[in-house]
Amino acid sequence: MAVRERDPHSGHMTTGHDWDGIKELNTPVPRAVWFFLSLAALFSVGYWILMPAWPLGRTYTKGLLGIDQKSQVAKHLDVSATQKANWASRIAKLDVPQIRADAALMAVVREDGHRLFGDNCAACHGMKATGGNGFPNLVDADWLWGGDPQTVAHTIEVGVNSGMEGSRVNQMLAFGRDGILDNDAILAVTAYVQSLSVPSSAKGQAAQVNAGRAIFAANCEVCHGPTGRGNQAIGVPNLTDTHWIYGGDAPSIYTSIYGGRQGVMPAWGQRLSAVDRKILTAYVLDLGTKQ
Amino acid sequence: MFKTHYRIERKSITLAIAIIVVASIGGLMEIAPLFTIDETVEHDPNMRLYTPLELAGRNIYIREGCYACHSQMIRTLQDEVDRYGPYSLAVESKYDHPMLWGSKRTGPDLARVGGKYSDQWHTAHLNNPRDVVPQSIMPRYDWLSQTELRTQDLGDHLRAQRTVGVPYTDAMIANARADAIAQASPGDADEEALANRYGKATQIRTFDGDPRTVSEMDAIVAYLQVLGKLSDATQPKGK
Repeated sequence: MAVRERDPHSGHMTTGHDWDGIKELNTPVPRAVWFFLSLAALFSVGYWILMPAWPLGRTYTKGLLGIDQKSQVAKHLDVSATQKANWASRIAKLDVPQIRADAALMAVVREDGHRLFGDNCAACHGMKATGGNGFPNLVDADWLWGGDPQTVAHTIEVGVNSGMEGSRVNQMLAFGRDGILDNDAILAVTAYVQSLSVPSSAKGQAAQVNAGRAIFAANCEVCHGPTGRGNQAIGVPNLTDTHWIYGGDAPSIYTSIYGGRQGVMPAWGQRLSAVDRKILTAYVLDLGTKQ
Repeated sequence: MFKTHYRIERKSITLAIAIIVVASIGGLMEIAPLFTIDETVEHDPNMRLYTPLELAGRNIYIREGCYACHSQMIRTLQDEVDRYGPYSLAVESKYDHPMLWGSKRTGPDLARVGGKYSDQWHTAHLNNPRDVVPQSIMPRYDWLSQTELRTQDLGDHLRAQRTVGVPYTDAMIANARADAIAQASPGDADEEALANRYGKATQIRTFDGDPRTVSEMDAIVAYLQVLGKLSDATQPKGK
């Protein structure tokens, strides 16, 4: 039924339609387009045969290759566990000081620990574990709960104020907000606490510092100790050194006393495996010695 | 075969029918799996619902476009499982209307971020990401701390979610506002009722560190801290 008419100028056939003397060329689709379209169609047929494809009511065509993402990832994880098994089983058996004495294992710790630390710990403690405002530095010599391997491992497992059962718990009261101390008293204690760490700061405010000493003895000594050296057993910071979690300038100290502090470290006992936690313990202690 | 097309094109009804047939194949491919969704999605009868405060945080997450840079979908790939934890299951998004799986990661995946960091970290990070992660390119959201959370219409939000299948009860809808305030105010009189309605695992804290007001920061941190924790479908049995 096609009207066979060839356009004399282009040599192509026309569609046979005529709009007031204007005719439409019936230019064929270029061969390359047909070629790739056919190729795509053929590829899809091959794909349907090999891969999971068509839904069939309650199931679907599984494909000859039997590929299933869930079993694939399980297989990959198995393979990776087997590859790690060699050193993972040794890490599981040895304790942290033994691991740190083993150069081959420490090479693993430095590599895998770097990844684990970056994924999980660096957000708060920083990529170099130097901490930040509100988050302790892990590479200085000053430890809040203690820096021996067992203590560090326990802190990683249960966290601090994490809400997990067995979590380490500590809290500094909000002496100002809760009305335990008035403003003058907080200013005095601030001056005294600052003088513990930087004795030269006491110059010119001896009266404040002396008043603060008495208030400190009555309110702060219970946890921070008579000399302000803190207590690692209950995670109380040493006020006499120059390491500060929330800042050691007068306004920061004032803020800590006024509003209290209750830092939280999440518990990693359920999120990370025992081997991963041991690697992190060794990694953190290793970072500390490098400093 | 090529001539067939030539012939069909010349008959408008035949062409229209042919177009409908071809276009419906694409539609069927998307619709057919939904007929069996009850069998293909895992079951978790103990899955908790978003509390009103968490739902408000979720709305802020949507409002601020967090999904444009953060996904909530851990894929079935070894490196993802190694980094983020077990891959996401369909049931975990059962109560997500709309789902926030996302398709692009400028920042990390957030599907299991709940409990990974402390509230203080989230607050500091949202106020200014550079304070805690120096190399971060995330924008700051410091107004969230200063903006009081709009709570008066939370009941309506719950009702809207119920319309699309989230099993909020009448009591939950009626107490939505009180529950939102109680969740961010430990010691509140409604605290126990909140835990009874939404489960003992409901996290009741001053999320933004300021017990005096319920801010948008409270809501978004409450939401972030519950991500991945509503369902334990990915946990091995008996753990």
